[in-house]
Amino acid sequence: MLGKSFRELLRYPSAIAGLFILLLLIGLAIYAVVKIPYSQAISLWRGSDNVWYRTPKIAAPAWTNWFRHEKLVETKFFSTKENPTFKTVESMSSGEKFVIVFPFDFEYDTFPQDITLYFTPTFSEKELFASVTLLTPDGRELKVMDGAIGAGQVFYIAQDKKLIRRYGDFPQQSLLAIPDSEPLTPLKGRYELRISAISFEADSDLDVELVIFGQVYGIAGTDHLRRDLSIALLWGTPVALGFGLLAAMGTTFTSMAIAAIGAWYGGWVDDLIQRITEVNLVLPLLPILMMIGIFYSRSIWVILGAVFLLSVFGGAIKTYRANFMQIREAPYIEAARSYGANNGRIIFLYLVPRLIPLLIPQLVNAIPGFVFTEASLAVLGLGDPSLPTWGKVINDAYGNGAQYLGYYYWVLEPAVLLILTGLAFALLGFSLDRVFNPRMRQV
Amino acid sequence: MGFKAGAIASQANAQKKLKTGVSAFSRVAKFTLLRVASLFLTIVIALFLSILIANMGGVVDDIRRASIREGIQQQFISDPRLRAMAPDVKLAQMTAMIALEEERQGLNQPFLLRAFRYMVNALRLDLGLATNMNSDAGSREVKNILLERLPNTLLLWTSANMIMFFSSVFFALVLSRQYGSFWDKLIISLAPTSAAPAWFYGIFMILIFAAILKLLPFGGIVDTPPPKGQWEYALSVLKHLMLPMLSFTLAYGVAGIYNWRTFFLIFSSEDYVEMAKAKGLNARTIESRYILRPTLPSIITNFALLLVFSWSGAPIFETVFNWPGLGLVFFRAITGFETAVIVGETVIYSYLLAITVFLLDFVYALVDPRVRVGSEGRA
Repeated sequence: MLGKSFRELLRYPSAIAGLFILLLLIGLAIYAVVKIPYSQAISLWRGSDNVWYRTPKIAAPAWTNWFRHEKLVETKFFSTKENPTFKTVESMSSGEKFVIVFPFDFEYDTFPQDITLYFTPTFSEKELFASVTLLTPDGRELKVMDGAIGAGQVFYIAQDKKLIRRYGDFPQQSLLAIPDSEPLTPLKGRYELRISAISFEADSDLDVELVIFGQVYGIAGTDHLRRDLSIALLWGTPVALGFGLLAAMGTTFTSMAIAAIGAWYGGWVDDLIQRITEVNLVLPLLPILMMIGIFYSRSIWVILGAVFLLSVFGGAIKTYRANFMQIREAPYIEAARSYGANNGRIIFLYLVPRLIPLLIPQLVNAIPGFVFTEASLAVLGLGDPSLPTWGKVINDAYGNGAQYLGYYYWVLEPAVLLILTGLAFALLGFSLDRVFNPRMRQV
Repeated sequence: MGFKAGAIASQANAQKKLKTGVSAFSRVAKFTLLRVASLFLTIVIALFLSILIANMGGVVDDIRRASIREGIQQQFISDPRLRAMAPDVKLAQMTAMIALEEERQGLNQPFLLRAFRYMVNALRLDLGLATNMNSDAGSREVKNILLERLPNTLLLWTSANMIMFFSSVFFALVLSRQYGSFWDKLIISLAPTSAAPAWFYGIFMILIFAAILKLLPFGGIVDTPPPKGQWEYALSVLKHLMLPMLSFTLAYGVAGIYNWRTFFLIFSSEDYVEMAKAKGLNARTIESRYILRPTLPSIITNFALLLVFSWSGAPIFETVFNWPGLGLVFFRAITGFETAVIVGETVIYSYLLAITVFLLDFVYALVDPRVRVGSEGRA
């Protein structure tokens, strides 16, 4: 019967569209969980151990450059640790000489946020000495720094006092600009950042990382804490789908079972269920969830539990009850009774399965509501503190004035994913309604 | 013979009418009493639950106790006369002041008693004072805090709901007449857009109309500073209303029309409608007498509940648009642990809901002759 219904479902273009989006989202969710394990996602999102030192602050996704006339600087990263071919080492009488050359193409119409060098020297007593120069495409050689290199030294070009004195307030711009251009215009072409360092001990070493912080980064951009948004967008998918599915399945199946029990036993059991439902209808869902989020816990499991408890005894129970009251009188139930089937068997094997066709579209239609409930709480700042979710990204974006300052990608990316999720289930549920409810089919 | 039988029949009928007249009254009275009692019990239970949640099982009181203690300690640090006291006198004085303040706020009583007293006061609509929150005019009274924001919520959320309701019923009626037309198909195919709530469309609308096109304000209810003239003021409010209204329409408009359209279509396939058509009645008569009439209870129910639900405002919608309505007050109350405001808003909501549900039973009987108040098996 289900196979036939499924074939019938595929006759609706909206069902195919919904299924297609849904499969994409499920694929994304699986990819997220496999690619970034849960604990890693949490620690990355928490930003512990300075993991985000290579990413720029509030950078739009790199692909936005395709739609721009003026190309924004893309973030570039070079490391002698990851790629030792940048480095040449010569032995000298009292130590070693290191020459590190990072060549990079600069074909953009803006300047980077900053250019930063991270030094990792190895020595026992005497510090290394390094001088850094920048070779421009037009053949000039600009001095960037000279000095001793201690352990964990970081050199920020944009903040260096000597460079500011020499080039003005934004040395990272002046270094990459056409000389004496007004306003400053970037000089396009191939640059070389050359670091030559001498050590005064044997067995010393030097590794350097160069980061050119651009205005665009990666596939999803970054936020105010330099976190790559793609982590939250990827991990938001299993969280949203999981929350929606668990809440919808839990509530619809449980309410149905409760309604069946009430309808079957009747009497005080039925009365009690009816009264609980009425009390529950007086309790407003969202305000109570907000209270729970602020007073008790923001854990997604607590919120899921609360959503479940408040939705189980919802208005749907009354509809199910009315249906079960009719089914209860059917001859096959009487037959079951006469051969001695017990109550549990009748309720769960004979009554509930009859309403499955009604349940399937309702279940699918209920999912977007739950997905958006979770997102609503997160947008109010009541999202799970550790999980990266779509709602939290919107909350961060709003908190940092993304809509006023023009960081539209920050709001739009999670919003588009949310609406795709809502739309997928709505399209599917809409067609399911027509397949399973013959009365709807005609209209 | 025929005449006689008719006379007997009419006599019996009159007797029956008399009898049903008396029994109808007692039936209605009994029903009313039972219904009021059960609704009141429902309110009491729901309210007590909300008080327990809103007070976090007593933790909010602990927070308030701590803040009393801190305030009085601060007073001792900053006031030179109090600071100059001998340590043991100072301690005694401090303890006495804390006890006094706790007594004033009623924190010295056991939790359940306090929760019960809270509930009784709330049921009497004696909403009391907020601890730290005040209305824009400066009042600490919960009643004033809520009443001050009520017009704003009525202006945006309630009026949006009402406009949406009437226009979707109207368009749905028109569409149900044009089954299968282009507009009908358009509404069907757009129906899934209602999967997202209004605040969510608000985000997009703000981005498009406020951030990119710079046509309309980002949020708020009126320009800052507010315009002087009455007309300018109204115009400014109107401008601030546009984006929220637009988002609301996008989120709920199509779905509203679709649902009512389907509802009307199901009713217009009833046999009696076919019969009316066959009789050659005109479309307007069929609509008002054979389609609207039997669906009237549903329409009224939906409308009444919609008005009640709009009382609590829309916390997220109002947050997104920074609209100073009841929802925003509620959110502020929750974040500020203002139990009195939370309970105040909840109790009014439950009363409104209960009264509406109660009245609806009678309205059904008025508009639908098949329904009799207090009899089982309502249609």
